[in-house]
Amino acid sequence: MIPAQFDYVAPGSVEEALAALAEHGDEAKVIAGGQSLLPVLRMRLNAPSIVIDLGRIDSLRGISEDGDELVIGAMTTHSDVGSSALVAEHAALITKAVEHLADSQIRHRGTFGGALAHADPAGDLGAPALALDARFVIAGPGGSRTVPADEFFVDLFETAIGEDELLTEVRIPKHTGWGAHYEKFVRVSHQWPIVAVAATVKTDGGTISEARVGLTNMGSTPLRAAVVERALVGQPATDAAVREAAKAAADGTNPPTDLNGDSDYRKHLATVLTRRAVLAAAGG
Amino acid sequence: MTATQDRPALEIGKDRRRKEDQRLITGRTRWTDNFQLPGMLHLAMVRSPYAHAKILNVSTDEAKASLNVVTVLTGADVADEQGGLPNAWAITTDQITPNHPSIAVDRVAFAGEIVAVVVARSAAAARDAAELVDVDYEELPAAIDLKEAAEDKVLAHPDLGTNKSAFWQFDSAGAGTGGSIDEAIDKARTDGIVIEREYRQQRLIPAFMEPRSVVVDPTSEQITMWSATQNPHILRFLLAAVLGVSESKIRVIAPDVGGGFGGKLQVTPEEFITFMAARRLGKPCKYTETRSESLMAAHHGRDQWQKLTLAATKDGRVTGLKVDLIADLGAYVALVGGGVPVLGAFMFNSIYKFEAYQFNCQTVLTNKTWTDAYRGAGRPEATFGIERIMDELAAELGVDPLEIREKNWIRNDEFPFTTVCGMEYDSGNYEAATAKAKEIFGYDALRAEQKQRRESGDPVQLGIGVSTFTEMCGLAPSRVLGSLNYGAGGWESASIRMLPTGKVEVVTGSSAHGQGHETAWSQIVADRLGVAFEDVEVLHGDTQIAAKGMDTYGSRSLVVGGEALVLAADKVIEKAKPIAAHLLECSVDDIEFSAGRFGVKGTDQGLAIGEIALATFAAHNLPDGIEPTLDSDATYDPIAFSFPHGTHLCAVEIDTETGGLTMRKYACVDDIGNIINPLIVAGQVHGGLVQGIAQALWEEAVHDEAGTLVSASFVDYLVPTAADTISFDIDHTTSPSTTNTLGTKGVGEAGTIASTPAVVNAVVDAIRHFGVNDVRMPCTPQRIYKAIHSHDVAESGGDPTAGAAAAQFDPQDTADRTEGDVQ
Amino acid sequence: MTKIEVTVDGEKVSDDVEPRMLLVQYLREKLGKTGTVIGCDTSNCGACTVHLDGRSVKSCNVLAVQADGHEVTTIEGLAKNGELHPMQAAFRECHALQCGFCTPGMIMQSVDLLNENPNPTEGEIRAGIEGNLCRCTGYHNIVKAVQHAAGGAS
Repeated sequence: MIPAQFDYVAPGSVEEALAALAEHGDEAKVIAGGQSLLPVLRMRLNAPSIVIDLGRIDSLRGISEDGDELVIGAMTTHSDVGSSALVAEHAALITKAVEHLADSQIRHRGTFGGALAHADPAGDLGAPALALDARFVIAGPGGSRTVPADEFFVDLFETAIGEDELLTEVRIPKHTGWGAHYEKFVRVSHQWPIVAVAATVKTDGGTISEARVGLTNMGSTPLRAAVVERALVGQPATDAAVREAAKAAADGTNPPTDLNGDSDYRKHLATVLTRRAVLAAAGG
Repeated sequence: MTATQDRPALEIGKDRRRKEDQRLITGRTRWTDNFQLPGMLHLAMVRSPYAHAKILNVSTDEAKASLNVVTVLTGADVADEQGGLPNAWAITTDQITPNHPSIAVDRVAFAGEIVAVVVARSAAAARDAAELVDVDYEELPAAIDLKEAAEDKVLAHPDLGTNKSAFWQFDSAGAGTGGSIDEAIDKARTDGIVIEREYRQQRLIPAFMEPRSVVVDPTSEQITMWSATQNPHILRFLLAAVLGVSESKIRVIAPDVGGGFGGKLQVTPEEFITFMAARRLGKPCKYTETRSESLMAAHHGRDQWQKLTLAATKDGRVTGLKVDLIADLGAYVALVGGGVPVLGAFMFNSIYKFEAYQFNCQTVLTNKTWTDAYRGAGRPEATFGIERIMDELAAELGVDPLEIREKNWIRNDEFPFTTVCGMEYDSGNYEAATAKAKEIFGYDALRAEQKQRRESGDPVQLGIGVSTFTEMCGLAPSRVLGSLNYGAGGWESASIRMLPTGKVEVVTGSSAHGQGHETAWSQIVADRLGVAFEDVEVLHGDTQIAAKGMDTYGSRSLVVGGEALVLAADKVIEKAKPIAAHLLECSVDDIEFSAGRFGVKGTDQGLAIGEIALATFAAHNLPDGIEPTLDSDATYDPIAFSFPHGTHLCAVEIDTETGGLTMRKYACVDDIGNIINPLIVAGQVHGGLVQGIAQALWEEAVHDEAGTLVSASFVDYLVPTAADTISFDIDHTTSPSTTNTLGTKGVGEAGTIASTPAVVNAVVDAIRHFGVNDVRMPCTPQRIYKAIHSHDVAESGGDPTAGAAAAQFDPQDTADRTEGDVQ
Repeated sequence: MTKIEVTVDGEKVSDDVEPRMLLVQYLREKLGKTGTVIGCDTSNCGACTVHLDGRSVKSCNVLAVQADGHEVTTIEGLAKNGELHPMQAAFRECHALQCGFCTPGMIMQSVDLLNENPNPTEGEIRAGIEGNLCRCTGYHNIVKAVQHAAGGAS
């Protein structure tokens, strides 16, 4: 319950934060909302010598539009994302995923960028970000670079963010008018999803014209069910058609086995949840 | 004779808001961890990561050299002093009981066992230094799986030569309370029905919300211990007995205690260690566990395999039940650990009229966390077994599960009834409770909906689960405890002090930790003495204030402790009578006491009890030879157990595509005798229900093959939230107990005992038409899903006994491991 | 050691703290605000819930240094001028507590819930307090208390 000793800095700008990172290297740990990091420190599963707090960098907070993209500052809290009218309008899938992310207290404190950078495959934001083709803006000593979602998630708790870099914002292509649903399967509400499916679809007179489907906790990173997406295009938004397309949801996945379910069961769940998520998304 | 019939009921039965609440809702609390004393030192435990290992060396130099560290204690340091943790209940005279040192000396027997203790000036410094203690272990083979341990494949304690601690039997033929079980089963095999099932009571963790904490102040002649315990009196007695310190030199205080559920009845290594450290160092010492430590090292509950053989006639009349249990003690025999299954021995026959009954129980040592009482203690296990198998009998006969119960239960006109265990049930009305429960539940409409869903092949199936239960409460008549070889009595004590201001001070020997004693006791005393509810103060939980007590567990506080109150109050009245007569200048025979007033028969003259109290305090004008006090003590030893009962009905919806479960409705009607405070009773029932439901659906302490607890935090040990549960429909019928004056029966464990089988019966009922006759607890979505679909395999030529549908003896996979296992 | 200045229950306080000190430890150990308690080490139980700048947070999941310059309200600062907060009164009225250990966190979260949604449905209440574990009440009466405080129940 008591973390090991560490030093602490709370830089006021991204530049200062990068400088601190450059100075301390892998001895440092960046804290955003801290809702995943602090439990790890309390259990002494990690003992950084310094913690760099991004909480005082105001420029990292906020939601705005930039042309066809929605821009979410890395330090924007889940609750601010969840209550944002802009996000609801242009990236409803994010709104739906945030709604049941962790619990109220954690949503008040946890951040959008922090959760994505933590890259827990059971986290609720990876699959929606992947499904929406989000772009991750990463600042480093040499300036900023932008990484597409399919390159951002590398492995379990591992992203494209380098040791000397910081995630500063996430840019999400607008999916205005798309229906969305996040179907999460848990045994008790405060646990990580056993499996969840993020689906957003564009319908045209009852026919699915475009579909994006992301999978949570079906492998070491969030996954995209690309085969399902392709199969859905041009299909009527009916139970039968979507059921058929959703059969491929678990293809190529390698989900974990744990106390909540084995790998095969998760694969089965993925197909059922995909169908439900797509139908719910299509139904508005 | 019940007391409520011969006096006006004023406070008893009122839904008084609790006296306890004001400070709890404003944060003005005294949890043990709140205490800070001058110079106080903090303890951190170094715990074994191994389930079974030799301790080769404990290197403490680096830790000792750390800043602000005072000392580091190892088992070797205290080997001569620490003795062994007590087991108060050897269930047989030849029980094998391993010695249980507070700090392991040369061997650890479960993962989480303490091997060294760091004492430092701050909790942080202690924790930091604990990381520096270096222990060399030589890993030993560990006895983890209960069934394998019962076969002595690997020994949990090699020096004992066996894992089998004790074998305990009850046989109705041998006891003369019923027929021969073998004959009953043989007869049923030829011309009746025999149902054989094996059920698993998974390992649970009490998971009280307040982690355990203990503070010891040795700075005066008398050593004071504050502890988050249910049992301050038992703790003081055992500290004194084990450590050889005079009881009078130990004061134990249970300040605000945040829940227990049996989990805090233990006398713990942490308490002994903190006591020893404080005595050695002469400074106040504190230890507060983390939640992870609590889940790993505070005692666990349940953990049994139950083999049941039920014999019945062809028309469904049960003629006999045979129970073969193995019960996992964990690494040591805890305070009453071995006795927990024995508490269930008299309850497998439940509310039924069986002719023959046999109960066999083998307790087994393993290299896992020790087990002991968890809410219900033995009785939930028994109720689960019988209520599950009664459903199986109903299914075999194709009749409604309530019909099979009614055919076998004790009718209202048969009370008092002596059961096949020799227990005399004083009162009950199973017909009335069941009828009321069915009505509240809307039983017939739900059955109709279930039929409709089945016929239409709805992907969401409805299941209805039944549990008619009884339990034995009010632990316990001391003579009975003696006959079971228990180490103590079952009485309770109360004192009433009449204060000169007219206020009444009540001291109780039971020790509340959320039950609302202060409120309920005030109601009882207010009525008995005719004083205002507000004028009664209840003190408890401090051996210096409540010098005598047996503490709180086993639904005993009201049924036993409440009776002690009544006795003490009656003594006060009797003491006051001659004083009243003297002051009123009449004969004692003319004094009548009613509603707080001593009146002179046939006149309007009289004195209030408060006036007598003041006059007694002043003692200026008392009759000759009268002791100037009204204060009275009483100790009550119950003459019998009480037997609350009830009918619980649960409806669940099962999503057959995922195995997901939604509880639709839960209704129960409990007969707990007379109710002192319906608000408190409702709270006890609600909370009990959720704990029982949680056993059915969510909770399990899982050890991996190496003996490491996998569900070692609230991330994996799934205590349900508000979002996982529903609101309940609860009601009561009332058959007052005839064995105590208040007519109460006990309610603390009822919900937990009844709900688990109701939920599992509902789950099985929802999917029985898929060929399922059991789903092992916790009924996870995966287990439910696989149970539904295991039959698919059978139909296509697979092994028809595979999967969860097979709950007969000797299932394929007897390993007690959860992962990927649908049993 | 890092110097922090925090407003806790309306009073400005300042201390030197180790960066590793959790807000809940600061409240309990430095300020004696022992009404706020620690129930777990994984941020599941919510017993330590307080308000940070008016929103509920788990104070085990905030470093004391992160609270520097901010405002914290604990269960001990909820009653004003000796008057219970309506949520506190509702918990007593509806018997929404037994041992009382989860109660401070449960009340603080319930207050936040109604601040955000003054007329929640039962489902919204249940979801709104999903970050708070209670082992005694089965939640039944906690839900009723929140409804009572919202004016939705008789």
